[in-house]
Amino acid sequence: MSNQSSSNDAVGTEFQLERTPLRRIQMTLHRYPWLSSLVVLLAVVIFFGAINERFLLPATISLMVQQTVIVGSLAIAQALIILTAGIDLSIGSIMIFGQMLMANLAVYVVASNVLPIAGQNPYIAMFLGVIAAGLAGAINGFLIVRFGLPPFIVTLGTWSVFMGLTLIFFRARTIQGPEMPEEMLFLGEGFAVGPFFVTYGLLLMFAMYFAVAWALRNTAWGKHVYAVGDDPLAAQLSGINANRVLFSVYLVAGLIMGITAIITIGRVGSASPNVDPMLNLQSITAVVIGGISLFGGRGAVVGALIGALIVVAVEMGLSLAGVDQAYRTASIGILVIVAVGVDQWIRKVKA
Amino acid sequence: MSEPIVKARGLVKRFGSVTALNGADFDLFKGEVLAVIGDNGAGKSSLIKVFAGAHTPDEGQMWVNGEEVSFGSTQEARAHGIETVFQTLAVAPALDIASNLFLGREVRKKGFMGTVFRQLDKKGMRRQAAEFLESLGISTLQDITQAVETLSGGQRQAVSVARAAAFGSQVIILDEPTAALGVRESAKVLDLIKDLKARGLTVVLISHNMPQVYEVADRIHVQRLGKRAAVVTPKSASMNDSVGIMTGAIDIPDTDQQLSPL
Repeated sequence: MSNQSSSNDAVGTEFQLERTPLRRIQMTLHRYPWLSSLVVLLAVVIFFGAINERFLLPATISLMVQQTVIVGSLAIAQALIILTAGIDLSIGSIMIFGQMLMANLAVYVVASNVLPIAGQNPYIAMFLGVIAAGLAGAINGFLIVRFGLPPFIVTLGTWSVFMGLTLIFFRARTIQGPEMPEEMLFLGEGFAVGPFFVTYGLLLMFAMYFAVAWALRNTAWGKHVYAVGDDPLAAQLSGINANRVLFSVYLVAGLIMGITAIITIGRVGSASPNVDPMLNLQSITAVVIGGISLFGGRGAVVGALIGALIVVAVEMGLSLAGVDQAYRTASIGILVIVAVGVDQWIRKVKA
Repeated sequence: MSEPIVKARGLVKRFGSVTALNGADFDLFKGEVLAVIGDNGAGKSSLIKVFAGAHTPDEGQMWVNGEEVSFGSTQEARAHGIETVFQTLAVAPALDIASNLFLGREVRKKGFMGTVFRQLDKKGMRRQAAEFLESLGISTLQDITQAVETLSGGQRQAVSVARAAAFGSQVIILDEPTAALGVRESAKVLDLIKDLKARGLTVVLISHNMPQVYEVADRIHVQRLGKRAAVVTPKSASMNDSVGIMTGAIDIPDTDQQLSPL
């Protein structure tokens, strides 16, 4: 037995020896993958703050944070899916479908006599919109789990399908803010905290981040999301129902897209089918820059928020510096590639 | 002859046109270390996957403690006290040691936070995990919150074995536990197997490494062409004999097999 413990010590020391400063940084980043994105965010803010004093004005900061709300909320859904080593291209299209559904229910349904109650009560309209988005997410999950189709292809398909359904059901008509019951625009309102302006939509986004991050850290479901993303076969052999976990992730992601639909109506002040066709890609960008691995199982959801803030801060900083839109777009692209490179390096921590 | 803890008769498992198990029998007695050896494709892995609940056999019967069973999942096998350490280890590399030990059977907090919000009892699980690793003599893993992928191959193997032994199991199946390890780490895993036996657990060891098999096994099940070719003991047959049976150079009649516990 003493022989055994001495060989144990040998293994222990051997393990200690490898801890060079660079390796220690790598290990720390491995444990807290959002840390590198936080450092990048601070560097970006300090850099642009130094070259242009307007960057750090409370009004600019408030604006940047508000600009993050839509992509930041969608990035929660995207982060959950990417943690399972999936990807969701349908994210913007489902959100827009939910948004158009709730706005149309609230505004037009009374006249058509279908579900008259939805028209009278905007809360029911919003609820139905969120449920519809949840169902859309569940359809993605069902196709992926039941038929084993790759998430990339499934969501590429449903991206078009829900875009098409939006045009078929709601035509291309934008519903303007004044047409809608004012309850639907509530999340765009807000209050002043000192010199900063905080919207209720922003608070709701933070609440969603908190809830998802808490669930990932503190529930068995959260552990299983990571385990399935890491290695679905190993998770299955450990007694986890990998399919059920995957399906639940797509369902929850759909519900988050539905809630984001309400936030978007408040933020934009109208419900339009052409909000931003790039939302799906922007949410992926935020997640990747936030240190969540595209290979699944690694990263913290808060990273997605930091990633979204980095994108907005770089855009704003370059724009204040008078840099042309084309260069701004290109620089975000470079940021994504660097972020993926850093992720690869961190994952090499394996002994 | 006492009743085997795990017994199987006439197991058949086909994958399309390939027959992995072709009427295999199996007997495992309480408290022994049974090695399963065989050439590549002899059906060793398929055989243990049936007991692990990862494969459902097409034909044949099996019994655990005399009760006829059939497993549809690894959980059902676990419920009967059979735990398996797969060659791939079935760990979640990015999760920490404690999370891996409890993967798939996490413990929730008591009271409101546990029942309503389903919050896990992380502290309790970490404490239990640390105690358990300590009791198995693998406490070198100083930091229970370390991610498993930062561990060496032997340490990961130890985590997997600890997980298998941790939950009141009776039978632990180890699939090629030393295949990817160096000499010193292999020796530690063999020590761990002896430890498990000393604790009264029953161990099934799949291995290619004859010296290791002869070091720890009480009996040796030789698998050949999807069937049990023979059961020998390290005393009754030399390594050469065992290899001979494995490759078909030596034929052992059914009546001459040593099935009983020692």
